[in-house]
Amino acid sequence: MNVFFITTSLLKIIGMIFVVILPMVSYAVYAERRVSALIQDRLGPNRVGPAGLFQPIADAAKFLFKEDFTPAQVNKFYYWLAPCLAMVPAITTIAVVPFGSTLLGVPMVIADINVGILYVFAISSLGVYGIVLAGWASNSKYPFLGGVRSSSQMISYELSLGLAVIPVFLLVGNLRLTNVVRYQIENGWMIAPFIGDWANLGKWLLAIPMITSFFVFTIAVFAETNRLPFDLPEAEQELAGGYHTEYSSMKFALFFLGEYAAMITGSAIIVTLFLGGWHLPLPSLHGGFHWLVVDGTAPGWRGVVGGLFNIATFFVKVAALLFMFMWVRWTLPRFRYDQLMRLGWLFFFEIALVNIFIVAGILAYFQF
Amino acid sequence: MLREYLPVLLQIIVAIGFAASALLVSIVVGKTGKRTGAKDSAYECGMVPQGEGQSRFSVRFYLVAMLFILFDLEIVFMYPWAVVYKEAIAQSSLVFWSMLSFISILMVGYVYALKKGALDWKK
Repeated sequence: MNVFFITTSLLKIIGMIFVVILPMVSYAVYAERRVSALIQDRLGPNRVGPAGLFQPIADAAKFLFKEDFTPAQVNKFYYWLAPCLAMVPAITTIAVVPFGSTLLGVPMVIADINVGILYVFAISSLGVYGIVLAGWASNSKYPFLGGVRSSSQMISYELSLGLAVIPVFLLVGNLRLTNVVRYQIENGWMIAPFIGDWANLGKWLLAIPMITSFFVFTIAVFAETNRLPFDLPEAEQELAGGYHTEYSSMKFALFFLGEYAAMITGSAIIVTLFLGGWHLPLPSLHGGFHWLVVDGTAPGWRGVVGGLFNIATFFVKVAALLFMFMWVRWTLPRFRYDQLMRLGWLFFFEIALVNIFIVAGILAYFQF
Repeated sequence: MLREYLPVLLQIIVAIGFAASALLVSIVVGKTGKRTGAKDSAYECGMVPQGEGQSRFSVRFYLVAMLFILFDLEIVFMYPWAVVYKEAIAQSSLVFWSMLSFISILMVGYVYALKKGALDWKK
């Protein structure tokens, strides 16, 4: 326990929250509005600043200066607690995700703990309390229905979420997320395990359940973050906004911050588990063809550039997934509630469970 | 060991601090308006609220919660199995068949719940 460790940790945390997540949330909201406009052949926000780029700043100022109103019928304590509970887990989950290799010898992960993925599930599932408490404490019908729907949806899809990652850990044999990235650098990304070992039939077979696993996990993340086609908790047309109907001003903003932060964290975890984390295979022709691993271990300025390159790679992958989240939202219609529950409990649950045994079987009968 | 978890604690403190200060700033600089009876009442699309805010809801939500606890525990059991699997399978295939039999027993319960219509939302 020394001063250097605490200082670098604090720097990473402050940098992660205030330099990466908060601006990314603001601009994800802006991007969402622009992307939806693009898809629907409209213009979207384009008045504040060049191409509307200052819109998020204007929005934030507006949230601050609006009246902070607490209706009389609510349960005051839980009504105030709920927005914080919706936001804090979403931001805290990212602590274990490695977002880069090393920079000046400091590993680019906030907390490299050995229970990695268990921590992710433990903390991220706390987010449901924010929504349930908001629905219950508002003491109003629409928020209440939204809260009840949301809790049952989130716990249903948590099963598929938990089952879909097990194949990854069957392969890696370790729950630490930095080891998952290390494994993918050495053995090919989880969605393409045959990379670098083209002649191995087992690895080609393995690609089928791993890609299935990737899709089940991604779709479960959609459901966990209440995104369309799973946005029944806040279905505007039938619930008038769902759990945040009675909220205004900054408390309302915190719900949105939490939702988008959960999206970013979810994408970051998908990238770490299935898409190689901060790793980008670059073809190198020095002395024959091989994959070059760029990381921060090189001496001098090349190490710094390598480290920054890894961080950039990671966030570009996250941004690409966020774009996919938006694309899906503005393309697919919403599920009916019984369809949603049937999909989660019958289809994804069974697929994810069978998938585990397929991977286990392949590992048992093929050499790795 | 504890040293690894210190950044997690710091992160939670920073996140809570951010949430609390955002709410505080909003209270300080936000506008305060008049309270009226209509503004204070629950939102029901402009109608006068009828009945209580927290109405009764379907018993299926409880069933889903109970089934979730059962199956989530099962998943937790699979994590340690997944971590040691690669080393254990090199020695014997017992580790594969034992987990398969464990899941098969659980699946009997799953099929029972399905047949009972616990997850059938249409009825």
